[in-house]
Amino acid sequence: MALMLKNARLIDPQIGLDEVADILIRDGKIVEVGQNLTMEKGVERDLAGKIVVPGLVDLHVHFRDPGQEQKEDIASGSRAAAHGGFTAVCTMPNTSPVVDDAVAVEYVKARAAAVGKCRVIPSGACSKDLKGEVLSDMGDMYQHGVPVFTDDGHGIQDAGMMRRVMDYANQFDTVIMVHCQDDSLVADGQVNEGVASTRLGMVGWPAEGEELEIARDIALCRLTGCPLHIQHITTKRGLELVAAAKAEGLPVTCEVTPHHLFLTEDDIDEAYDTALKVNPPLRTAADAAALAAGVVDGTVDALATDHAPHTDWEKDREFELAPFGMTGLETSLGLVLTNLVRAGVIDYGRMVQAMAVAPREILRQEPVKIETGSTADLTVIDPEAAWTVEVGDFYSKANNSGFIGAELVGRATDVYVGGYATMEDGVVVE
Amino acid sequence: MAFNHKHLIDITEYSADDIMTILETAKNFKQVNERRIKKVPTLKGFTVVNMFNEPSTRTRSSFEIAEKRLSADSLNFGGSSTATVKGESLVDTVKTLCSYKIDCIVVRDRWAGVPRKIADVSGVSVIDAGDGKHQHPTQALLDLYSIWEEKGSFDNLHVGVVGDISHSRVCGSLIPALKIMGCEVTVIAPPTLLPARPDILGADHVTSNLDEALPELDVVYMLRIQRERFEGAPYPNLREYNLLYGLTEERDKLLKPDACVCHPGPINRGVELDSFMADHPKRSIILDQVYAGVLVRMAALYLLLGGSNDGIDA
Repeated sequence: MALMLKNARLIDPQIGLDEVADILIRDGKIVEVGQNLTMEKGVERDLAGKIVVPGLVDLHVHFRDPGQEQKEDIASGSRAAAHGGFTAVCTMPNTSPVVDDAVAVEYVKARAAAVGKCRVIPSGACSKDLKGEVLSDMGDMYQHGVPVFTDDGHGIQDAGMMRRVMDYANQFDTVIMVHCQDDSLVADGQVNEGVASTRLGMVGWPAEGEELEIARDIALCRLTGCPLHIQHITTKRGLELVAAAKAEGLPVTCEVTPHHLFLTEDDIDEAYDTALKVNPPLRTAADAAALAAGVVDGTVDALATDHAPHTDWEKDREFELAPFGMTGLETSLGLVLTNLVRAGVIDYGRMVQAMAVAPREILRQEPVKIETGSTADLTVIDPEAAWTVEVGDFYSKANNSGFIGAELVGRATDVYVGGYATMEDGVVVE
Repeated sequence: MAFNHKHLIDITEYSADDIMTILETAKNFKQVNERRIKKVPTLKGFTVVNMFNEPSTRTRSSFEIAEKRLSADSLNFGGSSTATVKGESLVDTVKTLCSYKIDCIVVRDRWAGVPRKIADVSGVSVIDAGDGKHQHPTQALLDLYSIWEEKGSFDNLHVGVVGDISHSRVCGSLIPALKIMGCEVTVIAPPTLLPARPDILGADHVTSNLDEALPELDVVYMLRIQRERFEGAPYPNLREYNLLYGLTEERDKLLKPDACVCHPGPINRGVELDSFMADHPKRSIILDQVYAGVLVRMAALYLLLGGSNDGIDA
């Protein structure tokens, strides 16, 4: 059946598109883009005042499925993704069991096909059981459709093992994504080492614990030639290392989360709000400003949420005993629209680049463009919608957002995946 | 003087006036403690729970004595013997306790921020008796009381705090409290035992040279070396710690004639203090601090719970 999206402002920096026009979709593909399009029969949506962009992709989410479905599962996580405007996500492998072989990959793909509301691209572990000791079944997983590998949640501590991972991976068209954390420096670190750790009397998680591994992994990228993606980068100096690697011509990319852009260690006060306990920790205001500058100048390739759902009872406890992580899928776009686009820091084109184009490139996915022949994965944005982040509005099972109460302007209203609506008028389609 | 606090959790929420009110109230309680019948009906009918989720002897005894002398009913609730061991969350434990209709929780916990969490959940007055490496406000108040009694005022006092600053909840309250009272504070420690930002606590000067710092100080506050906490030992051995940071008899000559010595206890004799200094009749006010603990805790309980005046001025 045909679908006509009429009168929206279409923005796609890949082809220099920014104009009000219509999109005709048939069999999951864009068949025509132009003025005053007509069709014989089909569904027509008037999107006057809205913006249509290539479908957003979040390359860093935790859906906790299999194994920790009380926090989230593929059904709820993918609905949260659709609600947040995303057409695809990359799930992290730190489930139970770990996604370190093809059986686990097939489980995630099967559940996504059965109950998913977005494309679910599983990443695979680099090492068996995320232990950093023995290689995972990388080749088998790759053949089963895993495009990228990561031991997210851990840094691979042993440099020799990290080199082996990158050397081995280099036979595939893939990228190794890294959570940079030197355990000997970070240990039981809870919050940024500095003002927050001193004021709150908790073990500090020093910036250098992250920067040291970024530097090491860039060196190993140089040694092995294997593409490297730095996950959730948080510090100014870490970003400078990435900028230097890029200038040198190394295949290095990086992502930043909305919480590291829009929250700082100063937001963690005597209330010890465990929603603000994330790994890596919230850093200084100077770091956050440097990350924003990196989004502007392109040193930061992608925005990713590190959506990390937890149950209320896991988070409602002693700060030092609460798990790390906050949710992000349903607030990311609104935060970026409000704090970066409306604020004039970046334009829509740059936003699309960081939230749709670059994530697909990093994940080795076919590009989605607003032009004839492209897959119809599209996100519709109402740039004027004013809304407040409220617990009751999440499709995620979890409420551990650090942005509850935030007043935002702009959000996704409709999402199309392969021409099918996964969200319409702000409601996930069942 | 107006005193409008429900909790004693974060000393930085207290003004110099608030702190002086506590110290003066504590001084008034001295006469109760020096009678033959050491009890007033001030908190009769109030129920105070001493929730000590981490081992403590002196702080808990001091609170218990303060509560008993004020006629409060107290319940000792120890973490290891209780619900937490059975898997109950802190939040559920506190809600359960509150269902007994209690008035105050005195809490010691190994994790930072727990007293605030309990205050949010319970709605009753909460006194922090030490949380993780964060704060220990009644310790700071008893230290201030002892210094005030010894020196007569806080004017132009230079206090040196020596030892394990980074693991010390005592410092988390004491250094900000000294600053609130207008003192000059020097922190003296090996770099491995300093927090990332001592200036955030309020330290005016930071040094690792005890011998250079001592001649400037009016009060030398020696911290306990918490041997049980160390992972990846921050100094080579106790002998070397004593050599560089111990307040020894030889260092007595570096002190001002009227400088006094404090310690929060328990003392590791031969490590941070030798017996000459710990028992020095003119300098050591360590046992005065212990007594001040009872006075200050009586004052805090009285002021926070708003008990009757009966018997205090009698």
